[in-house]
Amino acid sequence: MKKEMTYLDSVHRDGKIWGFTLLALILAFPLAISIIFKAVPEWGAFGRAILSVLPMYWAVGIIEIFTYIPMLGAGGSYLSFVTGNISNLKLPCALDAMEKADVKANSEEGEIISTIAIAVSSIVTTLIVAIGVILMMVSNLGAVLESEILKPAFDQLLPALFGGLAVVFVSKNWKMSIIPMVVMLALFIFTPLTSGEVGIMAPVGVIITLISSRIMYKKGML
Amino acid sequence: MKFSINHPILYVMVSVLILVVLAQSVYFLVRAYRRALQIGMDKSRLKKTITSAALFTIAPAISILVGVVALAKSLGLPLPWLRLSIIGSLSYETIAAGSTLNELGLEMGAGISSASAFVTVAWVMTLGIVIGLVLTPLLSKKIQGGMKKLENMDKKWSEIFSNAMFLGMISAFLGYVFWDFASVFSGKISALIPALVMLSSAVLMLICGLLTKVLKARWITDYALPISLVGGMAMAIPITNWLG
Repeated sequence: MKKEMTYLDSVHRDGKIWGFTLLALILAFPLAISIIFKAVPEWGAFGRAILSVLPMYWAVGIIEIFTYIPMLGAGGSYLSFVTGNISNLKLPCALDAMEKADVKANSEEGEIISTIAIAVSSIVTTLIVAIGVILMMVSNLGAVLESEILKPAFDQLLPALFGGLAVVFVSKNWKMSIIPMVVMLALFIFTPLTSGEVGIMAPVGVIITLISSRIMYKKGML
Repeated sequence: MKFSINHPILYVMVSVLILVVLAQSVYFLVRAYRRALQIGMDKSRLKKTITSAALFTIAPAISILVGVVALAKSLGLPLPWLRLSIIGSLSYETIAAGSTLNELGLEMGAGISSASAFVTVAWVMTLGIVIGLVLTPLLSKKIQGGMKKLENMDKKWSEIFSNAMFLGMISAFLGYVFWDFASVFSGKISALIPALVMLSSAVLMLICGLLTKVLKARWITDYALPISLVGGMAMAIPITNWLG
């Protein structure tokens, strides 16, 4: 007897098909430029640039997969790893939606809510950026967006996002939050870490929180 | 064909790719929505999820657009449009494009004129971020299986585990907000700006929570995150003018 496919199985199947199709298309883009304009990359510069960016990006990318997939669910992950901007947009969006709907990422309801939130967020982002690009071609929207008046607002997007988010999630798990928050504050304030390193420090924060929570859990403190 | 960073054919290729990505999102949205109705989930909850996600996305999406503007000076509009609509984030793309331009002996901010330099930048930017797209289809089922196993072994710990991951991330971003804090002691008060913006956003979130309780209006909770995000960003303008 053929086993019936669950919703989750079908999400994985479709996710793979879409994912590999998009991978092929994304790689085809630079290839097509080469063919159309009869241009080969400058291999020396290419090699040196790849060596300087690839090891770090790929290391961060691999860690991101293991930290984000459990939080995003299957459908949410397939979409997020295509449309990007995970930590600063998709993940907060999905977690907030699941929190409001009172569902967990590893339940079917959570899977659905997370997928809906991330899909809507991806669609809205893609549309806004596309409309913006079209407007920039015909108007001076670019200059408006870069104006000195608005600049501080965009510069401070992440603090404005994580302030509200921290209130919601820290207040619910304050015991688990203390150790990682103190460690991270100390690391950023007293070492030469700069704002650019937050992408690498996020997984470090995750590992610290997992270890400290495990110890507290074993001691019956949670 | 004569190359230009804003060549119409580049726009055409980028538009096609972006349409495919859009189609994927719509496909998953429709499937999830149908499944939700099938298993009897509350329709009004789904609608609220959609409006709240859409509202929340507007400000970050505009900031992505600002990123496109910044990169467009060297790379033209189509490439940054593609890179920031698919996978990329501004910080990654700026570093990838910046170091390649540097290796090519070109300046960031001046438009690229040769096709081979352009294709070099495009390859580095693409290969740098492609790892997630390769591994997600290969690993996500296994990772989810692992989480399920954890849940069956110890349900409470598996809940703590997922909360801990997100709290870890929040704590890293909290650290990030204070990264330059030490220079406040040497008189650079502008280093206080991110902390004050974060505080404003947190206070707005608390006010939303209070209003929800006092007015017994649950709908406020649904929009609390977009409100605190946009409110925090708006507060950044006077705060920066004051301390900057």
